[in-house]
Amino acid sequence: MLRLIVRRLLQLIPTLLGLSVLLFAWLHQLPGGPASALLGERATEEDRRAIEEALGLDDPVWVQYARWMERLVRFDFGESVRTGRPVWEEFLQRFPATVELAFAAMLIAVVVGIPLGYFAARRRGTWLDLTAVSGSLIGICIPVFFLGFILRAVFAVNLGWLPSFGRQSTGIDATEITGFYVLDGLLTGEWDASWDALQHLVLPGLALASIPLAVIVRITRASVLDVLGEDYVRTAESKGLRRRVVRGRHVLRNALLPVVTTVGLLTGSLLSGAVLTESVFAFGGIGSFIRDAIDTRDYPVLMGFILFIALLYVAINLLVDIAYSIIDPRVRVN
Amino acid sequence: MPLLTVDELTVTFAGRGGPDTTAVSGVSFTVDQGEVVGLVGESGCGKSVTSLALMGLLPAKGVTVGGTARYTGTGTDVDLLTLRRSALRDLRGTQLSMIFQDPLSSLNPVVPIGVQVTEILSRHRGLRGAAARKEAAALLDRVGIPDPTRRLKEYPHQLSGGMRQRALIAMAVACAPRLLIADEPTTALDVTIQAQILELLRELVDDQGTALLMITHDLGVVAGLCDRVNVLYAGKAVEAADRHRLFADPAHPYTHGLLGSIPRLDAPRGERLNPIRGSINDRIAWEDGCAFAPRCDFYTPQCLGGAPPLADRPADGAAAPPEGHLVRCVHPVHTTAEATEVSR
Repeated sequence: MLRLIVRRLLQLIPTLLGLSVLLFAWLHQLPGGPASALLGERATEEDRRAIEEALGLDDPVWVQYARWMERLVRFDFGESVRTGRPVWEEFLQRFPATVELAFAAMLIAVVVGIPLGYFAARRRGTWLDLTAVSGSLIGICIPVFFLGFILRAVFAVNLGWLPSFGRQSTGIDATEITGFYVLDGLLTGEWDASWDALQHLVLPGLALASIPLAVIVRITRASVLDVLGEDYVRTAESKGLRRRVVRGRHVLRNALLPVVTTVGLLTGSLLSGAVLTESVFAFGGIGSFIRDAIDTRDYPVLMGFILFIALLYVAINLLVDIAYSIIDPRVRVN
Repeated sequence: MPLLTVDELTVTFAGRGGPDTTAVSGVSFTVDQGEVVGLVGESGCGKSVTSLALMGLLPAKGVTVGGTARYTGTGTDVDLLTLRRSALRDLRGTQLSMIFQDPLSSLNPVVPIGVQVTEILSRHRGLRGAAARKEAAALLDRVGIPDPTRRLKEYPHQLSGGMRQRALIAMAVACAPRLLIADEPTTALDVTIQAQILELLRELVDDQGTALLMITHDLGVVAGLCDRVNVLYAGKAVEAADRHRLFADPAHPYTHGLLGSIPRLDAPRGERLNPIRGSINDRIAWEDGCAFAPRCDFYTPQCLGGAPPLADRPADGAAAPPEGHLVRCVHPVHTTAEATEVSR
């Protein structure tokens, strides 16, 4: 197991290196640049030059890359062109928001999706099954930001049940420890802060959950149908085991194997979905920060954040592989 | 009163957009206490469906089961086919249990063998924890799995094919059932392991006094194990007899063909095999006549007068009619001395 982890971490190095080269080249190919973004359309050529010189943007791209890389090996990601603060700080400040949102979305998707998929399979062909299947199709088709707008318009603006933007109401007095607001509230015993943050999570969480939820329903349903036809389920029935045992130990346990892999892959894709959702709900996570960074060609921020996300993606996949080898003895590495 | 009396068992699968398929159409047979009864036939004759129907393991939807299967093992007389699902659940594993064809796919791949054995012990015998594990190890030991304590922790993919089948048998006999149904338990195994498994089944049946319903297409298995044999064709029993009688004097042309088609080691080199011509798909509906007629060497137009009854085999010349030898044929075969020799 340890060897697997070490090997995967070593494989990470060339992956990230290659990604950084591609990313760097691509970002610097984009038309415009931080100078014009900072100065606006009417900037003079002189001002632009001055800024580019100050940021080192007049050097050849490979020189810039080498300079960036040289700071990176000292874990220095540079400063944001826009805010002037270190990229690392900006990231740490926003990352908890995104994690909180992604976690909420995945929680909704798993908690609703797996039972829904399971019962759709067990009651195949009934209205429940049809609703689950067609509902999941809609879930995949609707763009996340559009769903976000609709949810906000209905539940926040019209009905006023839930807050329409942000992570916490402005009047709340909350102590920040981890940056995960719901968790912070629980840790400090400030229940109102926790509850308020939770309410803020519902709508963006639902919007972001739509695609993973739909996928999980589909995968679970297909997987349960598969497993129900397996010989070992018949064996379990032939032993006269209680229904609960047959369903839990013999059906669900096997049916969830492909779901686990899918959840891992979906968690990665949630991070990109978060960019749009956070924008709609002004959520203040890394998603909206990346969008702003793209607008202003904030190279250090983009490089840093995208590499973080890549790292995260790989880490999640590693976790999934480890989890998989625990729940499926056939792939267990000795 | 026999342990199990199956009477006119019929199983029909609803066709999806097509006509319904009758897999079993009126099968009747009995199994006595401690007796080994064979259900023999080629693929598609309805023998596996019969076993699943008795265990109540057919899908609830799209399947119609008719007839009765009276079981007396509990002291009362119950019909397995109409018993409530929950009541049947209580019988399965304790009174009736089953061994399946493919041991790898019949074991749960992600659950250790030990759990798969102990779960039946805790369900029916109330054994838990260490006591259950000890009993499970004893069971594995009894079916001939070496180092049982270690094996309990292993997963099905870590066992050999023969050991997997032994583990399945251990589960099936864990609660000393009165009736054990074995659906082609040796088909997926190689020949030497087959012999060991049959030997094991024989021992268990003798030790526990369990009755065994052996479902197979392998006449060698029948010859070695069964007391009585029912030959199935196209969803109906076509012949039923004591094992010795069946091999010595097969009355139905189909049984006759089956015995004649066994390759012989002492046959001259280059001699052709002697198969039954056609396949089970070349058949007519039983309502129209004998389903075997299109493949039969003894076919006459008389065979098309509806399904012949399963009746006592008529006497052969001067000899008295043999007892308990039933055949469903308009003009049963009288085996010549030569054919008797072949079947031996």
